Parts: sequence; C-alpha cells; structure tokens
Amino acid sequence: MIELKNISKSFGEHHVLKNVSAKFHPGKVNFIIGRSGSGKSVMTKCTVGLLEPDQGQVLFDGRDFTSMTQRNRKEVRTEIGMLFQGGALFDSMTVSENVKFPLKMFSEMTDEEMDIRVADCIKRVELEGHGDKFPGELSGGMQKRVGIARAISMNPKYLFCDEPNSGLDPQTAIVIDKLIIDITREYGMTTVVVSHDMNSVIEASDTIHFIHEGEIAFEGDNAEMLVAQSDTLNEFIYASKLMQKLRDK
Amino acid sequence: MGIIFHIGRYTRFILRVLRKPENGAVFRRSLVNEMTTIGTNSVGIVALLSLFMGAVMCLQTAHQVSGWIPVYTIGFTVRQTMILEFSPTLIPVILAGKIGSNIASQLGTMRVTEQIDALEIMGINSAGFLVLPKIIAGIVCLPLLVIMSMFLGLTSGAAIAFLTGVSNMADFQYGLQVDFVSYDVIYAIIKTTIFSIIMTSVSAYHGFFTHGGALQVAKSSTNAVVYSVVIIMLSNLVLTKLLLT
Repeated sequence: MIELKNISKSFGEHHVLKNVSAKFHPGKVNFIIGRSGSGKSVMTKCTVGLLEPDQGQVLFDGRDFTSMTQRNRKEVRTEIGMLFQGGALFDSMTVSENVKFPLKMFSEMTDEEMDIRVADCIKRVELEGHGDKFPGELSGGMQKRVGIARAISMNPKYLFCDEPNSGLDPQTAIVIDKLIIDITREYGMTTVVVSHDMNSVIEASDTIHFIHEGEIAFEGDNAEMLVAQSDTLNEFIYASKLMQKLRDK
Repeated sequence: MGIIFHIGRYTRFILRVLRKPENGAVFRRSLVNEMTTIGTNSVGIVALLSLFMGAVMCLQTAHQVSGWIPVYTIGFTVRQTMILEFSPTLIPVILAGKIGSNIASQLGTMRVTEQIDALEIMGINSAGFLVLPKIIAGIVCLPLLVIMSMFLGLTSGAAIAFLTGVSNMADFQYGLQVDFVSYDVIYAIIKTTIFSIIMTSVSAYHGFFTHGGALQVAKSSTNAVVYSVVIIMLSNLVLTKLLLT
C-alpha cells in the first residue's frame, strides 16, 4: 500500500498541495482525478520522488520514502514502474532494448533470461513482432503499450500511470485501460492512475481521489462518485454533454 | 536568474555526475558510443580546418616576411600559432558548436519528453548515467584531436610553402625546430583537457535543466554554445597567465 500523510508542496507563493493525505491499495486501480492545474501531477511527482514535498510523508508499505537515504530510495525505486504521458521511451533504443533496459541496469539475470523476460513482457502487451522497431516507428497506442511493458519488466510492486489515455482514440484508450486493470490484478500491484478522462475513470477505477485546488475533495469508488453531493466534483464529472445526458437518464 | 544560482546548481549537478555509475558494463558501452560521437565523428571537420588553417597561416606569414625578417620565420610562426592557440583553443571552440549543441539538444529533448524522469524513476542517477560518459569521452578524445590538428596544420603549412615556393623545405624545417620548447605542447594539452571539460559539462548542464518544449530545447542548445565559448575564452586567458607567464 502507498500512503500519503499531510503532503504539502508550494512553488514560491503558489500552494499546489495543501496537507494532502491519501491511501492507495494493492491489487486495485487507484485513480487521481481533477482539473488541469489542480495538483494531481505534482502529487504523483511527490509520491515517486521526482519532487520533494515541503512537508509530510510518503509511505511505501510502511517505509518512509521522504526521509530515506538516496541508497534506500534506489531500492524502493526498483519496485516502481511508471507509464508516462508521452511514453518516455528511449529514442535510440528499439522496443526490445527499451524493455530490457531496467533489467540490464539492475537485475542479476543472464542475457538469455533477460531475452525471455523481454519476450514475455512484449507478448503481455500484444506487441509480438515489433521488438526490433524504434519508438518513432510506432503509433501512440503502441508506444504506451511499450511503456507498460517496460514498466512491468522488473515485476514492480507499484505502478504509476500519468494520463495513460491522452492523445489516444477511444478504442485504443479502452485497450490501454483493460491492460492496466489486467496487469494490476495479475501482479497484485498498487496501481495509481492520474487522469481526467471520465471514460477511463468509469471503466477502470477501483478507488477515486478527486483533487481540487490542492486538496482531496472526494475519496470513494465509482458508485459513490456518481451520487456524491459535491458541486466541484459534479462540475468535473458532468462537464461533457454525454455525461450530462447519462445523468439525466 | 543570477550567476550565483547557476554556479550553485552547476556545482551540485557536477557532484551528481561524478557519482559511481550503477552498472559498469552499461557505462563502458555508453562511453564507447560517446567517444564515437565526440571523437571519431569530429575527425573530418578537425582535419579539414587544420589543413586549411596551417596553409593559410603559412601564406599570411610569408606575405609579411620581407627584408630583414628571416624566411625561417614562416615555419616558426606556423608552429607557434598551431601549437599555442589554433589547435588547443580554436578547435575546442569550433567543436563547442558541433558537440556542445548536440549534447544540449539531446539532453534537452530527453528532458521535455520525460526520458530523464523515466531514468530517475528506475532509480538511475540520470545526470551520471547521461553526462559522465560525455565528459570522459571529451577528456580522452579532444587532446587526441588537437594533437592530430597540430600535426596536420604543420604538414599543410610545409606542403603549401613547398608548392608555392614561399619557403624552401630546409628553412621551413629550421623554423619548425628553432627555439622549440616541448612544454608548449604540454601547455596545449592541459588547456585542451580543461576546455573539453568545460565544453561537455556546460552544454550538458544547459540541456539537462531544459524546461518546456521545442523552443526551449533550441534556446538551451544556443545557450550551451554561447556559454561554453565564453567560458573557454575566459579560461584561456587565466590558463595562459598561469601556465605561460
């Protein structure tokens, strides 16, 4: 489980996160939703250590990540996989090399074992036959899938996905959502997804944290979210005409 | 942002760069790749510039030599110019344009496309992983390129002197040898080594701390070249004062 305790983060006079606390459960797809600029990306970056919070604690299964030495942080980071908004694949490497990279850096595997693991991960995201291609030769959806394959190559305990469906057509977005759900269940990972795509939230979420102006304004599951008595949350959920029609029905 | 801020951030950046690499084998492979990019891929441009510079220097000096100035001055001037200034200073300045912009744009693009964040998330010291091989490759390759440049400049000077008849071989050879101090070459190598560190690390610094998009990558690339050249020139003055006077 990942637990945030009273996290605050400011940039100059701008208070982006204000005393945020949250729990993300293992084996579940935990969503962080909110409007652009609400602080969800900063919250994720504070959680994974790309930004240092001004105060508060981030606990990975009880281990306080914020007060750890760099060496201990490295150990925790090898247990983290992350899917970035743009894929963040290494341009100079092929698909197979991208997936193999974390294994090469940190695992004790032989070359043969690594190749088997890479083939498994590529198969898991249904990209067999594309191992020798470079990221520039792939579509956006395929790049996201390679990102997932790379993220799971080290068998992570925690998976973070930053806007996994941005820039994807609805059908491909559903494929990515399904992949995230299946992988979370299969590996028993604690998955945290940052998104403002309501289709994804409804399709894939087990728990939802709605962040508004740097504070958690709602915490619950799908069913609770749809009947929540919160104006800011309702404005967010029912911003599109499609969602309004669904509500009115 | 103030100069103190940049000096502080640059120092912290270099301390991160100098940490022990996570994986020796991956680091060695990366070092070989960087030596190819920085060293091997620069041989052509360095050779071309040095050949022409040696030849032009010879003709310009010959144009000045008349009356009481001995002809061997042509060989002497070509030697001193190539060894003391052209090869160890101008070659790194020119390479700051080629290699420096390459380093800054590569790292800048990696930053804005979150590839550097991806390395950090994996638990890799991204600064060390990406930048240390470039700095070491620069330290190894640049002095070799500069020695090659000296040799080619002197050779082309001799060739043009012979072909145009501005000096005979004996005079030119005498000019090359007269009052030769081997310390001048050592001075040149020391300068080049320091310039290579400046060129690679300053360019990497600008690329690594890029924020934004394509426009900022281009700006970082420009800044990398400008700052590298300015710092090389300032260091040239200081080093010359310290090492030669």
